[in-house]
Amino acid sequence: MTAVRFRLAAMSAALALCTAMSGAALAQKTYDSGASDTEIRIGNIMPYSGPASAYGAIGRTEEAYFNKVNAEGGINGRKIKFISYDDGYSPAKTVEQARKLVESDEVLLIFGSLGTSTNSAIRKYMNEKKVPQLFVASGASKWNDPKQYPWTMGWQPSYASEARIYAKYIMKEQPDAKIGVLYQNDDFGKDYLKGLKDGLGAKASMIVLEDSYDTSEPAIDEHVVKLKAARADVFVSVTTPKFAAQALKKAAEIGWHPVHIISNVSASVGGVIEPAGLEISQGVLSSAYTKDGSDPQWNADDGMKKFYNFLAQYDPKANKLDAGVVFGYAAAQTLVKVLQMCGDDLTRENVMKQAAKLKDFAPDTLLPGITINTAPDDFAPIEQLQMMRFKGKGWELFGDVISSELNSAHSALHNQK
Amino acid sequence: MSAAEEVVAEGHEAVEAVPKRAMTLGTGTSLVVLAALLIAPVFVKNFIIFQMTMLLIYGLAVLALNILTGGSGQFSLGQSAFYAVGAYTTAVLMEHFNINYALTLPIAGVICFGFGYLFGKPALRLSGVYLALATFALATAMPQLLKLNFLEHWTGGVQGLVVTKPDAPFGLPMSQDMWLYYFTLVVTLAIYIFSVNLLRSRSGRAFMAIRDNEIAASAMGVDVALYKTLAFGVSAAITGIAGSLGAIAVQFVAPDSYTITLAISLFLGMVVGGVGWLPGSIVGAAFIIFVPNIAEGISKGLSGAVFGVLLFLVIYLVPHGARQAAILGHQLAGKLRKN
Repeated sequence: MTAVRFRLAAMSAALALCTAMSGAALAQKTYDSGASDTEIRIGNIMPYSGPASAYGAIGRTEEAYFNKVNAEGGINGRKIKFISYDDGYSPAKTVEQARKLVESDEVLLIFGSLGTSTNSAIRKYMNEKKVPQLFVASGASKWNDPKQYPWTMGWQPSYASEARIYAKYIMKEQPDAKIGVLYQNDDFGKDYLKGLKDGLGAKASMIVLEDSYDTSEPAIDEHVVKLKAARADVFVSVTTPKFAAQALKKAAEIGWHPVHIISNVSASVGGVIEPAGLEISQGVLSSAYTKDGSDPQWNADDGMKKFYNFLAQYDPKANKLDAGVVFGYAAAQTLVKVLQMCGDDLTRENVMKQAAKLKDFAPDTLLPGITINTAPDDFAPIEQLQMMRFKGKGWELFGDVISSELNSAHSALHNQK
Repeated sequence: MSAAEEVVAEGHEAVEAVPKRAMTLGTGTSLVVLAALLIAPVFVKNFIIFQMTMLLIYGLAVLALNILTGGSGQFSLGQSAFYAVGAYTTAVLMEHFNINYALTLPIAGVICFGFGYLFGKPALRLSGVYLALATFALATAMPQLLKLNFLEHWTGGVQGLVVTKPDAPFGLPMSQDMWLYYFTLVVTLAIYIFSVNLLRSRSGRAFMAIRDNEIAASAMGVDVALYKTLAFGVSAAITGIAGSLGAIAVQFVAPDSYTITLAISLFLGMVVGGVGWLPGSIVGAAFIIFVPNIAEGISKGLSGAVFGVLLFLVIYLVPHGARQAAILGHQLAGKLRKN
């Protein structure tokens, strides 16, 4: 018995000595699982198959971008190992893949997973495990909740922030507007409506009618007629592509010509504007935060030159018309920036700390003037957009980059008074 | 052993006519499988335990479909709907009413039994592909029904509901995953034994009589309508319990989890496992959980196509699924022993 005890004591002493020595040798280098002197393992979950497989382009672009980073020497000498799994857009599968990434592949963090319900499914798990769920690819505003979920952070402007920007625009350009809102009856539509009302603040009474439709409805004609009957002169169409096109068409058919604002989700020329008709869509408003990869006005832009070079060299098969490619590039660039800021302290805690410290970071494919800013109490990296108007055959940006932060909305309100 | 040989002697064409003794495993094999299921979690990581739990859960759902199709000869592509009802019952009861997770299982079972029974009533007039289509409609409608406005207060709408994972009771020194695995294992075993006995009972014989020849069955005095709806009800109840367990294991329910894809996966699992062979359910479940992962490992862009090829190979080489493989294995073992 005593012999055993002695051996145990000796072993623990040796162990203590070892840890002390290695601690001294490593100096400032600290790692959580998933990071080492040579490698950083990053997890990702994408719908490569299933109903949302079009978004798979985002994951493929991110992978190509990390290949570029590795070819150029990695991050502070460490290579990125990007492990991306398919969840087919099914939340149950997302949970399985997230657990595989965290418990079996032992990644440092999960980056840029796509979808609202899929990410909702793993948010609790990620926060219990204290593994960063960084730069979630979804526009829901719930990812900006650092108090309850300090390990989850969004990236793109939330639907609510986009709506707040339209509110600002309307208050500035048409202070006595009568606003009619048509919104999709789900989390997307409701987030949006709330943002619009928050943005209007005390002037929320400008909304004369808010009407919702369900995605199961074959056509939304009667809703458009109702909005016209309410004498609205600004039409905010919080719709997904199919319905946005229907609304454009119906409004023209019944001779209703309000200021027509469509959500960024439906700002696709090929998917919405062309089917609805180029002629009737002139003057329609929307907003954007990324550069359009197919727009010739960016040919001389430094950032886009880098982007096109990257595509030519590392992802020649990518379709630059696909908004997902521009998106994936900028998101991957943001993650690389955070990892660079981490230096040799690659712990999960430090990753979140650095991610909440981004100041005026401008990825190559975001619109000029739009920058990424975060703080310990602000987990919404992109909060600016620029308004655009449809003219001829494409979108034309106009005005300044607008921030969606509420306090500035209030100050604008005070100025008016 | 003799049972297996009997099947082979009858010829391969007779998928529909499975003798009732051939629907189960021999005692020896059962004990080996059970021992493996009991011991394995001690040696593996929590993530593997989670996958094994999901294996049992999908195994239950496939078993339920097996009772319906292999037992009573009715098709269903709507199992995902019953799975969803079970999952939501548990999630709502646990999160809004603070009811213990174990108690929600029988409640989910009863609700799904009623649901399946009522659905089975009108669907009775249909058979074969028409019944499959009617259940298909149910499966497509379910995710939308869950998003309905007046239910949103309970179901959380598109956002879904987060479910709290239970800790091991009595301060047992095991992880949540391991506890949930053993809990699921006990439920699965109970339902498996119930199912085997059900199919061996008078009701089971009535199911199979209907499956083999409806007219003959009714001529023998089997109440065809009653037993068909009963089969639907039992199948729905077991699927519902599987859904409940699934909600607890995944810790989240959302309409997007219970689409038609799930129903088709379960159907696939049944075919791969062998129609009418209950132990095959676990093999089928393993196929629908692990083969997509393997396919993804082979090619990310073409995972769907690779999965298709693998499925095609299985159907082509062993058209009767795992049951056929088991019989072949048995024969081989027999031959080796003789040598």
